[in-house]
Amino acid sequence: MATQHSRSAARIMMAPAVFLLLVWMLVPLCMTLWFSFRNYLPLRGGDLGFAGFNNFTRFVSSSAFWPSVLTTLIIVGGVLLISIVFGVLLAILLDKPMWGQGIVRILVIAPFFVMPTVSALVWKNMFMDPVNGVLAHLWRFFGADPLVWLQDASVFSIILIVSWQWLPFATLILLTAIQSLDSEQLEAAEIDGATPLARFFFISLPHLSRAITIVVLIQTIFVLAVFAEIFVTTGGAFGTRTLTYLIYQRVLESQNIGLGSAGGVYAIILANIVAIFLMRIVGKNLDN
Amino acid sequence: MARAVTSQRKALNTVVAWSIGLLIFFPILWTILTSFKSEAEAIANPPVFMFFDWTLENYSVVLERSNYMRFLTNSVIIAGGSTLLGVLIAVPAAWSMAFVPSRRTKDILLWMLSTKMLPAVGVLYPIYLLCIRLGVLDNRAALVVILMLINLPIIVWMLYTYFREIPGEILEAARMDGATLKDEILYVLTPMAIPGIASTLLLNFILAWNEAFWTLNLTSVDAAPLTAFIASYSSPEGLFFAKLSAASTMAIAPILILGWFSQKQLVRGLTFGAVK
Amino acid sequence: MGRIQLKQVKKAFGDVVVIPPLDLEIVDGEFVVFVGPSGCGKSTLLRLIAGLEDTTSGVIEIDGEDATALPPAKRRLAMVFQSYALYPHMTVRKNIAFPLRMAKMDQAEQDRRIEAAAKALNLTDYLHRRPGQLSGGQRQRVAIGRAIVREPAAFLFDEPLSNLDAALRVGMRMEISELHKKLKTTMVYVTHDQVEAMTMADKIVVLQAGVIEQVGSPLDLYHTPRNKFVAGFIGSPRMNLVEGTEAAKHNATTIGVRPEHIDISTTEGLWQGTVGVAEHLGSDTFLHVHGVPGCDPVTVRIAGDVALNHGDTVHLTPRADQIHKFDAQGLRIS
Repeated sequence: MATQHSRSAARIMMAPAVFLLLVWMLVPLCMTLWFSFRNYLPLRGGDLGFAGFNNFTRFVSSSAFWPSVLTTLIIVGGVLLISIVFGVLLAILLDKPMWGQGIVRILVIAPFFVMPTVSALVWKNMFMDPVNGVLAHLWRFFGADPLVWLQDASVFSIILIVSWQWLPFATLILLTAIQSLDSEQLEAAEIDGATPLARFFFISLPHLSRAITIVVLIQTIFVLAVFAEIFVTTGGAFGTRTLTYLIYQRVLESQNIGLGSAGGVYAIILANIVAIFLMRIVGKNLDN
Repeated sequence: MARAVTSQRKALNTVVAWSIGLLIFFPILWTILTSFKSEAEAIANPPVFMFFDWTLENYSVVLERSNYMRFLTNSVIIAGGSTLLGVLIAVPAAWSMAFVPSRRTKDILLWMLSTKMLPAVGVLYPIYLLCIRLGVLDNRAALVVILMLINLPIIVWMLYTYFREIPGEILEAARMDGATLKDEILYVLTPMAIPGIASTLLLNFILAWNEAFWTLNLTSVDAAPLTAFIASYSSPEGLFFAKLSAASTMAIAPILILGWFSQKQLVRGLTFGAVK
Repeated sequence: MGRIQLKQVKKAFGDVVVIPPLDLEIVDGEFVVFVGPSGCGKSTLLRLIAGLEDTTSGVIEIDGEDATALPPAKRRLAMVFQSYALYPHMTVRKNIAFPLRMAKMDQAEQDRRIEAAAKALNLTDYLHRRPGQLSGGQRQRVAIGRAIVREPAAFLFDEPLSNLDAALRVGMRMEISELHKKLKTTMVYVTHDQVEAMTMADKIVVLQAGVIEQVGSPLDLYHTPRNKFVAGFIGSPRMNLVEGTEAAKHNATTIGVRPEHIDISTTEGLWQGTVGVAEHLGSDTFLHVHGVPGCDPVTVRIAGDVALNHGDTVHLTPRADQIHKFDAQGLRIS
């Protein structure tokens, strides 16, 4: 509801943002698509011509591809599992009356604000170092042999580091969602004779389902793109090469742009599948 | 009305929650503590917790050796510049979408969101190549623009959700009172939206500060921010725990403090208004 | 200075026509009230005059000049919104000064006008406060103050009293009426409350579905409603509309009798019925009588207190000279 005048003003004021994002999206996307069909090796003669679907088939048939997909899925799944399960429990706990609630919340949320390179490095050296790491001390204290975390349990270690960063995010969002639950609903259920467990499963959890879905989708998109944590810790070794890292290696380390770009196209498609679900939820929310 | 809770129950909650909270916070706490230890104490077995000789030596070593100030300046310029630029571009756009919605507004908002979903690695080489061709690899201005573009969807969304809470009648009143579009945005909308704009600035500053894909891949020396500074500690300096801790503390301390102020906005900003 | 003419003004949102082409003239100095049920297009009509919406077609003239394409700021109109729309970050003084500041008026003149308005509206002590620290009635007065300092050609009010509690509403109603008597400026006032319309207006415009049902003075509408809709909408309690054989006796499809125009007796009368609910207000008694063919219940208004209660049998007689007759289209038969 507005006048013609304000509508045309609105169009002009929206233009810079729309234009910039359009360029930002289309130009690199088209270039990636273009390169993915080229035989492009900057260090070995440059653009060697059209490659057809060669890059796409080679990327998929390379021995590194399926392991990297598996690693990606394990890492994303592991992080989601940890952050949702513990996130729900923590959110419920933090919603309970206690002393110093504000401070506990600050403690819990803090890891989210830690720079990824810092958290990776701190975990790698000060916690997971097999000689001097805190975990090594702890293992020895209980009489066990310290683990060489980033070699022997490399994927688990990455999951641990990434979860440490994303659990706070999940907790914070789930806590916000819990706090928006009308306490009268719970009281009504209690009067209707529901046990605490029943109240959790039939009232609280359904109320949280939307927030959980959002956490799952957002974290999936971000965790699919995890880079610094691997770059700093294992450099993709010991089975921690994710799809993102594989593409990075193809592009910047072995400088096979065509192959890397084909991988990039796969990554974009994968992310878009997740994004569609997220956008549908967000879009529904816009209507009211 | 909440009922009174027995203090035993409350004490139990408190103990459990504090234990978990401290456990989660422990790596940060440990890093901060270690930064004040000597290298020997940092790797002492068994580890020392609080009772050691507190020293600032690590900080002075790190500051001397690695030109910390240059990295810090780069971080401030890149994070601050990209956020300010983003807000300047996003305020008019968010105004349009919040107060003059059309049938396409929803689609535009969702499309903007979708650009945020584009995996960075998918467009790594094109951006890398463009930077080389334009001669802006390892250039602060280029990173300002790139990080601005990365966060622009979030900035537009956050401002949009804040603006939507401002009643349109107030802007119409300003229009009736003779305000031009510029007056309306400058004297009425912006002052009313200051809390929202501040939260948006804060959260996006944090996100830009911590961004570690483009800053690692597109910088080497001149434009390298703190993310790269820390990554350079990967080895062999990383084995000097106390110095690593001092460097880490300096990289995260400012943002940790800002971050604590922005908890609430974080939820709104990162869920695109879907959870409030 | 404040004559507003609408010529064939039409408003459509997409394919939905909210206001079919409509003509209306508002004379300088008049207090005009647009009244109608919610969704009748009265607010849209006001916003068209204000310039906050585009007209789809037609012409709006203010003082003989075509203002159809003028932006709101250029129309010399002031508006008071339902939510008051005060600027929350500005003090009362700054709120009132805002239109003057936008007009780049010199400071001395600004101050003079603000002081005068504040005095007239009893706001002098509150000039340094912010809207959040004021009561509903005070906010309302600030909104009016912001409107009057501009000395506009006409004031537009969009349901300004609907956010106030009942007692305050009566007080503000009087204040606005007095303001009009003092300023003698054209006022266009939108409300869904027919009591506000009856008490304040020089001229009432009754709207339904974007169509003007009738224009006239309050008593015109009360005494000679042009159709069944106006008859039912104006007057409280509502007019009784009787259909069927009783109406046919008067050669009409429907006859209407206002509750205050029915004589009641416990022994004899034209219609017989039983009292359902009896509302004893002290000054008046409203009886809702069941059993009259063609209208259930019939509402009767009796001055003072009467000893009639639920279940009593009563006889009703409409006063012959106060019966309104309507044809099959709902139009008045005179």
